[in-house]
Amino acid sequence: MLDLTATELLQRQANGDSSAESITQTFLAQFRQHDSRIRAFLHVDEADAIEQAKAIDAKRKGGESLGKLAGIPVAVKDVLCTKGRRTTCGSKILQNFVPPYDAHVITKLKEADAILIGKTNCDEFAMGSSTENSAYQTTRNPWDLERTPGGSSGGSAASVAASQAPLALGTDTGGSIRQPASLCGIVGMKPSYGRVSRFGLIAYGSSLDQVGPFAQDVRDAALLLEVIAGHDPRDSTCVNTPVPPYTAMLDEPIKPLTIGVAKQFFGKGLDSEVEQAVRSALKVYEGQGAKIKDISLPHSPYAVAVYYLVATAEASSNLARYDGVHFGHRTEKFAGLIDMVKKSRGEGFGAEVKRRIMLGTYALSSGYIDAYYLKALKVRRLIRQDFDQAFAQCDVVMGPTSPTAAFKIGEKADDPLAMYLSDIYTISANLAGICGISIPCGFTKSGLPIGLQILGGPFAEEKLLRVARLHERETDWHKRRPAL
Amino acid sequence: MMSYRTIIGLEVHVQLLTRTKLFCGCATTFGLPPNSATCAVCCGLPGTLPVMNRTAFQLALKAAVALNCTIATFTKWDRKNYYYPDLPKNYQISQYDLPFSSEGWLEIETPAGARKIGIIRAHLEEDAGKMLHDERAGKNDSLVDLNRTGTPLLEIVSHPDMETAEEAKAYLEELRLLLREIGVSDCEMQEGSLRCDANINLHVPQPDGSFVATPIIEVKNLNTFRGVERSLKYESERQAAELQRNLDAGVWHVDATRTSKFRDYRVSPITQRKSDGALGPVSKATAGWDERTGRTEIQRRKEEASDYCYFPEPDLVPVTVDADTLERVRAELGELPAAQKTRLQSQYGLPVYDAGVLSRQGRAFVAYFEAVVKQCGDAKEACNWTMNDLLSTLNDRKLDIKESSLSPENLGELISEIQATGLNKQRAREVYAVMLDGLTAKQAIDKLGFKVVADEGQLLELVRKAIAANPKAVADFKKGKVKAADAIKGFVMRETKGMAKTEMVQQLVMRELAKE
Amino acid sequence: MSLSPDEVRKVAELARLEISDAEVDTIARQLNAIVDYINQLQQVSTDGVEPLAHALDLHDVFREDLPGESLTEDEALANAPARKGNFYSVPAVFGD
Repeated sequence: MLDLTATELLQRQANGDSSAESITQTFLAQFRQHDSRIRAFLHVDEADAIEQAKAIDAKRKGGESLGKLAGIPVAVKDVLCTKGRRTTCGSKILQNFVPPYDAHVITKLKEADAILIGKTNCDEFAMGSSTENSAYQTTRNPWDLERTPGGSSGGSAASVAASQAPLALGTDTGGSIRQPASLCGIVGMKPSYGRVSRFGLIAYGSSLDQVGPFAQDVRDAALLLEVIAGHDPRDSTCVNTPVPPYTAMLDEPIKPLTIGVAKQFFGKGLDSEVEQAVRSALKVYEGQGAKIKDISLPHSPYAVAVYYLVATAEASSNLARYDGVHFGHRTEKFAGLIDMVKKSRGEGFGAEVKRRIMLGTYALSSGYIDAYYLKALKVRRLIRQDFDQAFAQCDVVMGPTSPTAAFKIGEKADDPLAMYLSDIYTISANLAGICGISIPCGFTKSGLPIGLQILGGPFAEEKLLRVARLHERETDWHKRRPAL
Repeated sequence: MMSYRTIIGLEVHVQLLTRTKLFCGCATTFGLPPNSATCAVCCGLPGTLPVMNRTAFQLALKAAVALNCTIATFTKWDRKNYYYPDLPKNYQISQYDLPFSSEGWLEIETPAGARKIGIIRAHLEEDAGKMLHDERAGKNDSLVDLNRTGTPLLEIVSHPDMETAEEAKAYLEELRLLLREIGVSDCEMQEGSLRCDANINLHVPQPDGSFVATPIIEVKNLNTFRGVERSLKYESERQAAELQRNLDAGVWHVDATRTSKFRDYRVSPITQRKSDGALGPVSKATAGWDERTGRTEIQRRKEEASDYCYFPEPDLVPVTVDADTLERVRAELGELPAAQKTRLQSQYGLPVYDAGVLSRQGRAFVAYFEAVVKQCGDAKEACNWTMNDLLSTLNDRKLDIKESSLSPENLGELISEIQATGLNKQRAREVYAVMLDGLTAKQAIDKLGFKVVADEGQLLELVRKAIAANPKAVADFKKGKVKAADAIKGFVMRETKGMAKTEMVQQLVMRELAKE
Repeated sequence: MSLSPDEVRKVAELARLEISDAEVDTIARQLNAIVDYINQLQQVSTDGVEPLAHALDLHDVFREDLPGESLTEDEALANAPARKGNFYSVPAVFGD
């Protein structure tokens, strides 16, 4: 049952072959068996998960109509607020924080009758690319326990890769869904900015953050996105346009299909095995009649620099509220208010978070805002214009998700810049607000998964998913599972 | 005593009359129990997002249009970052470089006539919570109430166009009248829905015709109109003395090398020695006004300007205002107090003072006055009765004009009745008092049993009787003491219990005395 | 441009972060490495380019002025590190 997709698990329940309870039990057993090594989850309430499953089974028995994810366990990154349940962001500063509200996407999952199986580990406040920056634990890559699952949504990616959950939610500010999906050999998607409500998503970079799905295959990702996407009046930046039924047309190929390939995504620092796998994937598309077109995204090499100014500037302000006054950690010994605030923040935040708050504050401070923050916003516009021009010529843009396969735990821990550069291909999508997906497209000789990144224009999710599905139908990379 | 010009600019915050806060659905009601009107959004809990209250923006727009401001077609909000426990997000959502309105004016009355006070900008922002200092049992901590957090505020910044404390007060009163009239704010200073900070300094003339500027002081927490006036008077005198003292002692120097232009003259700043020995400008300071001692207390001189790290609020989207919207807002404003005052003078021939008193009472009061005029046709009398009798009744009973038990039609009828019957003022006031119970003038006169004596024969008899009974008054009158006739009239009034028709008595007394 | 240890302290003060003297040098070194990298942006010509704060072309999003649900005092104060009655309790401001 662990190898089945959510779509197949739904079918089994509909056929009466499985119950929500038995499915949930199976995934919980997998969690019990493996998570002491993988450490994907921060909080799992088994009894509660079983209760939810029993309620779904009772609903089914009573002939009530059921939601799109009835009885399907979903793991949730611990930056998404869950009412009455601890939500820590992988940070000490929120160790005891219990939100009095559900994130919009959690409400959507509940309405779809999904089983909330647990909260997953992540880099503190989603700042990182390896899940090593969690204040609680380091999550390991199910394909090689010495390696990171990527990040910041590493817990969610690892939980799906290790079959501890068929589906998971992550958040992506600079690649935090796509990069771990790539490193863990699963599907991960960042929707266009504004497609999914950010209400209840604890903010890192507000103009970049989006919630998105992790799944074993493209159909499941489409299904989960269908559930969470859509208008929410509580988020001013969430668009009020209908959500297409992503799963309905999934198997219809886009014809004709023009794929843009930018030389900037194949430059220095790209691992040759990764490049080879991506080139093979392009061949698969060519074999299906797609046209490959060389394009240029001339400003994308600046994306990392722009990102580390824009995201950190927003973060420095977003994280100002953790001051030990109204919620969160308060230090024990202090002399007066200011000392209390400084000590609480000094103790509560980890090194990477402090570094980014410092960088963002610096970028916004008087004397530097023009040279840094505002300059970055101008280059951001140029990056967006590059994409606008690209999507005028092609349907999607393809390239590697990450320059390398999974790297070793500790390998980049002391070199923040090297860590930042592992997001070099994913970041520009967040800056431009467009959608992107990572799908498995091969393995290194040492058996580590490689991801293909496909980028689509703003709100072109349906097209993006159909293009991704085309590759999946022709290959079976997505069917491989790690030996645990 | 040196002569100087006082330069005053006001920064006013008013709470907008919305039901709910700027970014969430919590109530804005004043005086609720602590922390009973908050939610995850206004408490700044992680993951929450602001959504703009449409009414708040519309009210802000209305105010800016009424203040003759230029309205931006595109406006956005920014985060003003600073740490304070009454600000749970540790940033205030405000407007920085693209406020929704700028460059307007408000006209005030000064002893030298009407004058326009310039407005630099008006912008929409959120309020902070309240801090209470707990000094019980030597506890050195503060308490925070977040009920007020997120209440919509309109910040209105004036140009430094006011030259006296009285003008500052007049500006504030005119602003309050305008904002109340158009329903933007209730402007209750006691409840904090109108708050004022004042920037003040002096320009002191120099022998060469230029001026020297004293360092600007920002006087905070002015929460009464009287406080505004008193504090600014005190502060201008204090600054004059401080300048003299510091120049005499050689602590301050006039820096004639860095002059700037102000209106039509040049101004030199003050410098003093800094810790490194070099001469540097004296920075702006804030001061608190102590109502009890009647003094301003300098709180701190800022070494360098605070760094608020402003940047665009990513959780909100911009707002656009098109020409149609502006046209609609303008049309809905109706007649503003300044225009109304002018019209009352031209249409009804009222003196400027009377027109001012009426328009200061607000639109509803003016409408009442106009209804009285319509009924009786006498604007002067209508103005006298509403401005004097009715207004004092309303004040005594703490009633709004809308709650008046006396309708304008009835008051108009009373005025007509007085004119028709010649009822004297004293008796008319008694009728008025009875009419406050809801009676018409005729009903009240009947109830009081008043019957005006207007029979010429009857009155002539009484006048003759009075003349006969008051030889001294008659003698005095003959000597030219016109006032002496009052004794004759008084006799007639007493005889008729005050019901004699005043004009007729007047005529008869004069005619009969002339015959003597 | 690069940050001196004093500037690092100043930024930390602005961000209300306590940083030990031992940390200052490490942070300065790491930030300077990042700032050096970021400085490549100065090569990009952005004359006449408007800043893009938001990729979304959305404006005029409002909510109506209708009451929503508030939290009870206990719910609001549930996450407070220190509470006194129905108030948040904070140390007095001094040294400001």
